[in-house]
Amino acid sequence: MSEKSPMVQEEGVDMPSPAAVVSRDDAQSRRPPVEQPVFSVRDLSVSYGKNVALKGVTMDIRPRRITAIIGPSGCGKSTLIRCFNRMNELIPGAQVDGQVLYHGEDIYAPGVDPVVVRRHVGMVFQRPNPFPKSIYDNIAFGAKINGYKGDMDELVERSLRRAALWDEVKAKLKKSALDLSGGQQQRLCIARAIAVEPDVILMDEPASALDPIATVRIEDLMQELKRDYSIIIVTHNMQQAARVSDETAFLYTEVDEATSARWGILVEFGKTGRIFTSPRDKRTEDYVSGRFG
Amino acid sequence: MLLRRSVRSAPSSLSASGTASAGVWRRKGVGRRADSLFAVLAALSGVLILGILGWMVVSTTGTALPVFGSQGISFITSSRWSPSDGEFGTLAFIYGTVVTSVIALLIAVPLSLGVSLFLTEYSPKRLKGPVGQAVDLLAAVPSVIYGLWGVFILLPLFLQPVSDFLAEYLGFIPIFKGPPSGLSYFGAGVILAIMITPIITSLCREVFETVPGADRHAAYALGATKWEVIRQAVLPRARAGIVGATMLGLGRALGETIAVALLIGSSVSIDASIVRPGYSMAAVIANQFQEATGDHIRALVGIGVVLFALTIIINMAARALVWRFNRT
Repeated sequence: MSEKSPMVQEEGVDMPSPAAVVSRDDAQSRRPPVEQPVFSVRDLSVSYGKNVALKGVTMDIRPRRITAIIGPSGCGKSTLIRCFNRMNELIPGAQVDGQVLYHGEDIYAPGVDPVVVRRHVGMVFQRPNPFPKSIYDNIAFGAKINGYKGDMDELVERSLRRAALWDEVKAKLKKSALDLSGGQQQRLCIARAIAVEPDVILMDEPASALDPIATVRIEDLMQELKRDYSIIIVTHNMQQAARVSDETAFLYTEVDEATSARWGILVEFGKTGRIFTSPRDKRTEDYVSGRFG
Repeated sequence: MLLRRSVRSAPSSLSASGTASAGVWRRKGVGRRADSLFAVLAALSGVLILGILGWMVVSTTGTALPVFGSQGISFITSSRWSPSDGEFGTLAFIYGTVVTSVIALLIAVPLSLGVSLFLTEYSPKRLKGPVGQAVDLLAAVPSVIYGLWGVFILLPLFLQPVSDFLAEYLGFIPIFKGPPSGLSYFGAGVILAIMITPIITSLCREVFETVPGADRHAAYALGATKWEVIRQAVLPRARAGIVGATMLGLGRALGETIAVALLIGSSVSIDASIVRPGYSMAAVIANQFQEATGDHIRALVGIGVVLFALTIIINMAARALVWRFNRT
């Protein structure tokens, strides 16, 4: 294992590099004096086998904001969000080119352990996917594998409170998580993600399988969470992006007429208000005004 | 559209001409008759299989009944088996069957889990097919071939040396006490393990493949390593399936006849040491049926009844276990 990158080191080791600011033991240092981007994506391309899914994405993700990724189906939104915690490489044949800098460190550099990346960058999926275990064990899982030594009961309560779920489940912590409603399950998944105290939370269409009321609760929760976490959310729901996010990235599908190959590109990225009210690109304007997609 | 129109028109025709138009609701023709014919055939098949099972139970128990009567409970509590004296205690065979099956499971279950996890989680794609097919092929090899291979190859090259080793160095532990024999509970257990590993592996592999990707992704996204994903997300989901696969393997181990008969040593005795020869229920039936007469035959059929009962009990226990796992 290389000693160069903090990504391959365990917690508590001296970390002189800029990435030291993400050390979980030191919450204060999470707020650097000058706002540096959490993620800097540089000319990122992703392909699956011979098919290019995403081409040339460059963007900066700002800390403690909600960044929404929107665009029509098949434009590479999920592919893009999965680059931030290296989940793409679980798909056989996936190939990532370009750079994803996390506090200045390329998470795709050789010697970076994806397992350590994922301990800093949590993820919530489209369908609620609690483990077939008790509510308590679902929360404790991540903490356990990360070697958490503190009071587990306290951590479980704190995580559930932060996910606005504590009052609903405090009497049945030992019951199976699968008995909860869809919305509760999704908030449990969020609680599970924040229990490992990540720096960033990725959400891949977190509300698309939920009813409107459960969706509102998730959206409210995101507003709470952005005080401490940087959140990146993929959504195909433009109203949702407009409601919750601070910045919006619009992805669109480009088609090669000759080979009919298609891939996603980043068309426009900026403050959500501007993207929705005065988009600079015609395609963005067409999309946000509901002319297609 | 068609369906909706006919449904809508039906009430009006009903009200117009009263009960006479009830035929609107009836589909006529060959399709309908074939449907009911098939239902009857399916029901008959179900009844037939129940009938065969009942017939077997009744006729074997009936045949063995006189011996059950004359021996009483000592049929399963005594290990004195002396057909010429009319003594039929089968405990040694029951013991041998249980011990060899347990040895087989102790070896086969970890091995099968290893192979199936390798195939589903670790192996590169181009290895998956060939290794998987080799495993399935092993499951199809007839048991007599396992038995002969065990006697001529495995016995001199592996079973005898290992038994000698166990007795020599671990002989102070009762279960490895000598003098060692290659034809033994251990020998039969090893060959059974080799026979049931492909079955358990094959089933476990399918079980692991049905574990939802969402579970794995959830674990990976929390920073789990591959091993943690397997232990925390894959194995708990697969628990019931693993138990089921194990029980199917156990079922085969309990009933396996020829390979065990060749390797267990055919000694009517109960020995705590697994490197000593013994006997099993299926093996004694196969070995003695040819020359048996009268009560001897009835006693052998009686062993069959006990084996059948044992298998049923174990199957029910397994179902109860799976049911409990599925609830939690």
